[in-house]
Amino acid sequence: MADSQAIKAPSAVQERQKRADMRRNLFYIALIAIGLVAPFVAYPVFLMKILCFALFACAFNLLLGYAGLLSFGHAAFLATGGYVTGYLLASYPGLTPELGIIGGTLLATVLGGLFGVLAIRRQGIYFAMVTLALAQLVYFMFVQAPFTGGEDGLHGVPRGELFGFISLRSNLAMYYFVFAVFLFGFALIQRTVHSPFGQVLKAIRENEPRAISLGYNVDAYKLLAFVLSAALAGLAGSTKTVVFQLASLTDAHWHMSGEVILMTLLGGVGTLLGPLMGAGIVVSLQHVLAQSPLGNWVNVILGIIFVVCVLSFRSGIVGELTKMYRKNFK
Amino acid sequence: MTFIKKTLTASIAVAAATTMAMSTAHAEISDGEVRIGYLADMSGTYRDLAGPGGQRALEMAVADFGGSVNGAPIVVFSADDRNSADVGANTVREWIDQRNVDMVAGLVASSVTIAVTRVLEENNGLGIVSGSAASSITNEHCTPNHIHWVYDTYPLANGTAQAVVEQGGDSWFLLTADYAFGHALEGDVRRVVEESGGEVVGGVRHPFPTSDFSSYILQAQGSGAKIVGLANAGADTVNAITTASQFGLVQSGQQLAGLLIFLNDVHALGLDATQGLLLTTGWYWDMDEEAREWSERYYEEMGRMPTMVQAGIYSSTMHYLKAVEAAGTDDPEVVRAQMAEMPVEDFFARNGSIREDGRMVHDMYLAQVKSPEESTGEWDLYEILSTIPADQAYRPLSESQCKLVQN
Amino acid sequence: MTMIFGVPLAVFMGQLTLGLVNGAFYALLSLGLAVIFGLLKIVNFAHGAQYMLGAFAALLGFRYLGINYWLALILVPLVVGGFGMLMERFLLRRIAHLDHLYGLLLTFGLALIFEGTLVNFFGVSGARYATPEVLQGGLNLGFMFLPTYRAWVLVAALAMCLFTWFMIERTRLGAYLRAGTENSELMQAFGVNVPLLITLTYGFGVALAAFAGVLAAPLYPVSPTMGSSLLIVVFAVVVIGGMGSIMGAILTGLGMGVIEGLTKVYYPEASNTVIFLVMILVLMLRPAGLFGKEA
Repeated sequence: MADSQAIKAPSAVQERQKRADMRRNLFYIALIAIGLVAPFVAYPVFLMKILCFALFACAFNLLLGYAGLLSFGHAAFLATGGYVTGYLLASYPGLTPELGIIGGTLLATVLGGLFGVLAIRRQGIYFAMVTLALAQLVYFMFVQAPFTGGEDGLHGVPRGELFGFISLRSNLAMYYFVFAVFLFGFALIQRTVHSPFGQVLKAIRENEPRAISLGYNVDAYKLLAFVLSAALAGLAGSTKTVVFQLASLTDAHWHMSGEVILMTLLGGVGTLLGPLMGAGIVVSLQHVLAQSPLGNWVNVILGIIFVVCVLSFRSGIVGELTKMYRKNFK
Repeated sequence: MTFIKKTLTASIAVAAATTMAMSTAHAEISDGEVRIGYLADMSGTYRDLAGPGGQRALEMAVADFGGSVNGAPIVVFSADDRNSADVGANTVREWIDQRNVDMVAGLVASSVTIAVTRVLEENNGLGIVSGSAASSITNEHCTPNHIHWVYDTYPLANGTAQAVVEQGGDSWFLLTADYAFGHALEGDVRRVVEESGGEVVGGVRHPFPTSDFSSYILQAQGSGAKIVGLANAGADTVNAITTASQFGLVQSGQQLAGLLIFLNDVHALGLDATQGLLLTTGWYWDMDEEAREWSERYYEEMGRMPTMVQAGIYSSTMHYLKAVEAAGTDDPEVVRAQMAEMPVEDFFARNGSIREDGRMVHDMYLAQVKSPEESTGEWDLYEILSTIPADQAYRPLSESQCKLVQN
Repeated sequence: MTMIFGVPLAVFMGQLTLGLVNGAFYALLSLGLAVIFGLLKIVNFAHGAQYMLGAFAALLGFRYLGINYWLALILVPLVVGGFGMLMERFLLRRIAHLDHLYGLLLTFGLALIFEGTLVNFFGVSGARYATPEVLQGGLNLGFMFLPTYRAWVLVAALAMCLFTWFMIERTRLGAYLRAGTENSELMQAFGVNVPLLITLTYGFGVALAAFAGVLAAPLYPVSPTMGSSLLIVVFAVVVIGGMGSIMGAILTGLGMGVIEGLTKVYYPEASNTVIFLVMILVLMLRPAGLFGKEA
């Protein structure tokens, strides 16, 4: 009896696990299908903007949702990626876009390392303030640096030819490239979260002293998470620059750091799809509001969403939906 | 994203009954409508310079024109660019792709303007820039698809600097905003001052933006220069002027020269702080009868007197509509050529014409801010000292780096 | 003429004085943040907005109610502080049991709302608030011309800082507050009304910001965005000093003002980044901050 149960039990668990995996895979396949069809239904440039910000928000969420670190300076990485890519592509005409993007991402990664080393010396609320202050420093440097064009911004970045032979001039080609970049970033985050590394991050988030006592080098884990997050934020910024063919100070401003927090919070902190949804909603909202009579009230409305989210909607849309699903179907 | 398209009917001003006066030209107006997009900062730093007031001015022009051109109704869209180049460029790209917008008006922050004019060039659209200051817009960033209407930094710096030196202000101390824009402005002023026989005896480059100018004002006082030139803009200029008045800079015998300062700034600062300030402007509401008449109509709608940018938006829209009417089409290339052919002469522009680089040159004015005793009302702020003729005010084509100009 | 590092002594002294004036603002604001942080454990991101509200309240009070500067200096902190207490009672308290990061996010949202609303009504150009008559003009200090109002700001801000220090370190109420900072449950058990104490503390911190706002009104154009960029600098000051001690916050604020002031003479291009650079240095050498207690 005991034996047969011991054999049967794991298989039931495996079965359930398998079904869950299948459901998840089906879900992702459906999402990818939607992404592939989307540009025929909606305006591709607008979709690309959403995807870039979604990647940015996913990168941010990796840090807040899985490592419990609130960075208030992520705009710095977005902007660094954007400016470096823009500068490279605009000044070296022979360079292909993917090399420009890799260049921008690399520099954002290095900056992430510098920020990380300094910021993880302080915890919690101090961490947020340190990252905010460092990002402000970077903002001022971008204002003064000659290559950014100051308030005029960096313009005329060519989209060029991917790998030297696929022209990104058409919005459709550009869209599929951005979609591929997003999927790459998203898959990387998904892998990271479910890897042993991701499990340790969660352990640190839940109980740091315990993780230390278990012998984990907590600071190294935090730093690695920070650098990875910065790199992906830089990737988002680099890609965005190629799409829009410009880089400007807006991306470096602390408002941008606030916006990415809002996207993540609204969609659902610590959920994989939340940032995607949050970015979609915030970008659409800004777009709609900008052309409506309520245009002047954008910041107020974002502020109200912030307050409502914090007060009574802390799991975000995806989090709440998951809760509802669990309650009703399990 | 169809929901966006649907909900975006936005502030559409379809004026006047479509009387179906089908003229022959009607067929050549795309979609049977003349569509104008107003893109400006509606909620940020430049809100008071153009913003909702500029939109009102544009709508006034449309209404005054009769609401339709050759029977084709005029439709106005508007959007807030939030001073973000990608928001602005994206909006215009969508306007052109999806709504066939024929002309983009407003355009304030220079980053937005440069990004938008590139989109216009790629898609063969037409833009009229009224709010931006950067002279590069019709220099290295010129395109055949836009026109720069109201002013730029070249006459502002040149006009002021030259007039000040001629009046005896021959030693300068420059307060420069430390970024590309400030450096360019500083270079212009330095050149003009030296060419006019003056001398720049010192200067300091302050970070952008700066709220506390007391240190720099102290340095300016110590320099012994007769003139303290402000090679910065917006809040920086306002802060510098406020601080200078607290430190008694003017009382101790020095004079301020503002290179980029607008009516709304002077109004906000008050005459106590700004009196005696010399500046160059493209227009002033009280400069003559015609200007006054229009401004009073505007005042009734907005409760504020118009800035030169807001007046320029009216003037340029009117000129555009006249060109569409005369050409019988809203095709950007044809309209652009037609606009350049017609002289610009209205309550706003005197001796105006559009050059091949897209610069609308017109008479500029040297003004001095009145003292509180001289002023008779809330908006009685400037005294016009002299006129700088259109052909001398702007950067000569011989110095142009614009690709449209053969040198 | 005596020179200090290539700068005449007179200029040097002048810049030192101006640096102290700016430092006084940093001190007042970081003090307010420290007081709030002590008991509520949240970073008040609305602090800059509340400073701005103080300046606006003074401006509007004068414009529409004829309240003069001196009255405003007393009334405005009370009104804005009272408004802060309402914020604490009805919003912050609801999330007090959660991770303190939520407090930061909530106050950030509130700051956006305050700023955005005022931008819609008053624009961004900024309005002037007249310097009170008694404080117009200037003092000749021998080495510089110091506007009387700036001298007054220095005196008033320092007096307020010392008053706060005295209240917290030397009075019974302050003793409760310090005890509450250490262990609020125990305080509750001793019969102290801790929720009320928290509300009052938040209100006091906000009142300090509003007081700074009134002081700043005649100096800078009163505009809805005057507080936000200042706040980021104050955050850096707080990271440098650590929020552990009241005196630490005051001294760090003044010190940073002086450092910034001197940078304006020697290398003006870096004057808005120097405090952040100092922050980096402190993080590398003494991660807990100059006066900090936490690890």
